[in-house]
Amino acid sequence: MAEFTLRLRRYDPESGEAPYWEEHTIELEPHRSVLEAILQAKARFDGSIGIRCSCRAAICGSCGVRINGRPDLACHKHLDRAEKQSRDGVIEVEPMGNMPVIKDLIVDMEEVHWKKIRRVTPWLIPKQPVPEREYIVPRESMVDVTQSMACIQCGACVSDCLSMEVDPAFIGPAALAKAYRFVGDPRDDQHFERLQDLAEDPAGIYDCTHCFMCIDACPKGVAPMSQIMRLRRRAGNDFKISDRNNGERHEHAFVSLIKQYGLLNEAELLPRSYGGDSPLAKFKPAATTELATSLPVIAKALLRRKVTPAAVFKPHRLPKQDLSAIAGIYDTIEGREQREEFNIYISGKDEDR
Amino acid sequence: MRVAYWPGCVSRGFTPELHGSMARIAPLLDIELVPLDRASCCGAGVIAEHNKELADTLNARTFALAQKADGTALMMNICSTCQGSQSECQERLDASAEYRAKINQTLAGEGLSYEKGLTNKNLLWLLVEELGLDELRSRVRRPLTDLRVGPFYGCYIVRPEDRVGIDDAHPRDTYLDQVIDALGGSVTDYAGTHKCCGFPIITMNKDASLKQAGRHIGDALDAGADCLVTPCPLCHLNLDLQQPMAARAVGRNLGMPVLHLPQLVGLALGLAPDQLGLQRHVVRPTSVIDWTTAVVGEVGAPAAGG
Repeated sequence: MAEFTLRLRRYDPESGEAPYWEEHTIELEPHRSVLEAILQAKARFDGSIGIRCSCRAAICGSCGVRINGRPDLACHKHLDRAEKQSRDGVIEVEPMGNMPVIKDLIVDMEEVHWKKIRRVTPWLIPKQPVPEREYIVPRESMVDVTQSMACIQCGACVSDCLSMEVDPAFIGPAALAKAYRFVGDPRDDQHFERLQDLAEDPAGIYDCTHCFMCIDACPKGVAPMSQIMRLRRRAGNDFKISDRNNGERHEHAFVSLIKQYGLLNEAELLPRSYGGDSPLAKFKPAATTELATSLPVIAKALLRRKVTPAAVFKPHRLPKQDLSAIAGIYDTIEGREQREEFNIYISGKDEDR
Repeated sequence: MRVAYWPGCVSRGFTPELHGSMARIAPLLDIELVPLDRASCCGAGVIAEHNKELADTLNARTFALAQKADGTALMMNICSTCQGSQSECQERLDASAEYRAKINQTLAGEGLSYEKGLTNKNLLWLLVEELGLDELRSRVRRPLTDLRVGPFYGCYIVRPEDRVGIDDAHPRDTYLDQVIDALGGSVTDYAGTHKCCGFPIITMNKDASLKQAGRHIGDALDAGADCLVTPCPLCHLNLDLQQPMAARAVGRNLGMPVLHLPQLVGLALGLAPDQLGLQRHVVRPTSVIDWTTAVVGEVGAPAAGG
């Protein structure tokens, strides 16, 4: 047995009082979970502590909380580890973020989680005619979707999503990972429709800020951001869906500018992201409007010689021989009949075999 | 130490003061830079978003060039985003001999080949793990006394933890704090230190992008920071270049100077602000520098403004 001190964030919105921190010292073996510690505190000291839990084995997804500021399942964290990761030796437990608190450690997941899961049509829309017996699908494509199927709907990724923090409308990592589960399923008949829907939605796949938060947050290895990037790859590259959010245009312009210059040409990237992949993009209405609103920024950058006219009109580029080597790489890869996508989740690593 | 030096694109484009300040501090730290001037953009995650094999091949080419750079101990970059995108590609390349062989086949035309196991470190990691904080401390000529610095890491250098090699022995998500401390400054703890600047979605959802930048700068301001420091030039674009717009997006005055990592190091090593390109920032670092005497950490300079 060892002693551990918990610092719990308590809050009862109905009381009219502000949230406050409360410490309890419990006794448990170090390999026991933070959840067990909370339950002991509840049993021994204060029956009013609010925590939602069920399976205690990291499979039901009920006990999502923040431990020492990071999202996790309370039942999935050993006490010794949690203590080690704490700031001051006290294990801090608070409710998940981005969601309203119902009481103490219990949050309301309806608006930012469940509604969004329903938003992505989370069921298979089968190809017709439905075969009389089972569908035969390649093994790889099923292994692939098992990654997103591993989601237990705990909300840990939603809790710390940094896009959602400023834009609550964002569909978010959990629901978009769920969307990939069907876009990646060869039995589904609506890949294009699903992708077009998610690409055109201003709160859809292009609203993800690529911060990797959800990858580290997920206790089940779903890697939601990786699934979002695959939705983008399928939407922009495979289906060439040109969305109203500049997502596909930005990607296309970036890729083609690197082929042309070898290095990023920022002065061209901005107008092309709005106006399309052409040197004339800056004269298109979508781009001129954007450039006009950015004028104070551009003017100041020029004034401070942060951005020089030379950087705009004579951008850096690689030597000719390297540019032609890079063009060769592009031609080889873009010329393949099928896009090669090496995925460690499916193939594993050499050393693990 | 001789390193294969990958400066990235933005440090030579819209944040030229970054590349310039790195060149200034390198000799003071006995780092010899062998520039990889034939290497291409890392893709910043966007090329991988388009086609993984293309991103992996372009970066394998960079790695192969680094491995050919004579007498270098490792490859060094000065951009969190380069570090993250390159680590992602390297993870795939190192995972499978079969996949690596396929990529190397594409590079064969140039006589290049990537061998598994390149060491690629951001300047921040190099300062702590190769040079060492004691050594850095011993070279400080002008300690950043009384300067309250908010560290802003940039997503790509702190997540995912296993890919960027953060563990108990390598707490890389605390290195910026440790460097600030070694330079004599004091670390300002604030909510946004490991969060996203918003830059990747500036063309897709400008309002959300600027709100992220504005929110984190505001949090640092409330926590009492004099300035922010970042190892990522893309963060710098959203935090400094776009700061006036970010201030508008969150509806408050900000005026927070944002320094590149080599600039902060350079100031402590005794370099003058204009040698480090500090005059080029959109938000003038007046709270960091007293421009009349160029003494670091002086209070009394006019409040920072746009």
